[in-house]
Amino acid sequence: MDAMLLEYLPILMFLGIAVAVAAVCIGGSWIVARQKPDREKLSAYECGFEAFDDARTKFEVRFYLVAILFIIFDLEVAFLFPWAVSLGKIGLYGFWSMLGFLAVLTVGFIYEWRKGALEWE
Amino acid sequence: MIQALVFYLFAAIAVAGGVMVISARNPVHAVLFLILTFFNAAGLFLLNGAEFLAMVLVVVYVGAVAVLFLFVVMLLDINYLKLREGFLQYLPTGGLIGLILLVELVMVYGGWKLSPEAPLSAVTRIPAASAMSNTDALGRLIYTHYIYLFQASGLILLVAMIGAILLTLRKREGVRKQSIYRQNSRTKASSVEIRKVQSGGGI
Repeated sequence: MDAMLLEYLPILMFLGIAVAVAAVCIGGSWIVARQKPDREKLSAYECGFEAFDDARTKFEVRFYLVAILFIIFDLEVAFLFPWAVSLGKIGLYGFWSMLGFLAVLTVGFIYEWRKGALEWE
Repeated sequence: MIQALVFYLFAAIAVAGGVMVISARNPVHAVLFLILTFFNAAGLFLLNGAEFLAMVLVVVYVGAVAVLFLFVVMLLDINYLKLREGFLQYLPTGGLIGLILLVELVMVYGGWKLSPEAPLSAVTRIPAASAMSNTDALGRLIYTHYIYLFQASGLILLVAMIGAILLTLRKREGVRKQSIYRQNSRTKASSVEIRKVQSGGGI
């Protein structure tokens, strides 16, 4: 096994431990606890009265806008990581290349700021 | 040995998760299975030595895209049981389209040949993992050699940003917003007035 993967071995162990702990918790309660479900026990508990309707209602579309703007800036940051690592090798050309990229996205950022897309009414 | 074992573990969970994505009854569960599949795909990338892709997959897909999918699933207020009613009715058409796509994929990959000169015509030889990290190797190419594609991706992100704002932003009328600037620029002189009021008389 090569050295790079060896560095990830602790993460794999943690994953294994996490799965084992979760399995023991859920499986243990499944086996040990007495299971006697009925309709009332399985129904949603809402402060003692019957549930009015489904919990799934329409969301405001604004949440979606915030999420999509988050994805875009997330991708922008993902581009910054290799740039930061290799900045010493790619020189001024690479530096200004990234600044051009950031300038384009700053135009978008100013646009959404001026439009009020980041404000919550 | 461990490597092969982990590969089969990740691959099996990824395939099982993928099957569950399309067969789960509840769409929210389907999205959660999609996240599981993403994690396993990241593990497979890691086994291939593509560290950066694995981390980006977790950060971007699990952190952002899956959240967006959850939003969309919850945004749509549809009756999921009703949605499944016509399943058998649409099965022949859908199955046919799926079969055609499968045949196309098999034909494309069946005729796939890598020219022996291809590795030589690449910009740089793929460095050994011990010589250079994956992220470093990517960074040396993206920003200089592939600068046009890089800038084009920036423009695509800009278009996506403007498109999302144009499609979803709507101003609600009659909302009283707090304006910090106006609050702070009020002075005592402009807002407070002292008047002498005679006893018994009004203003």
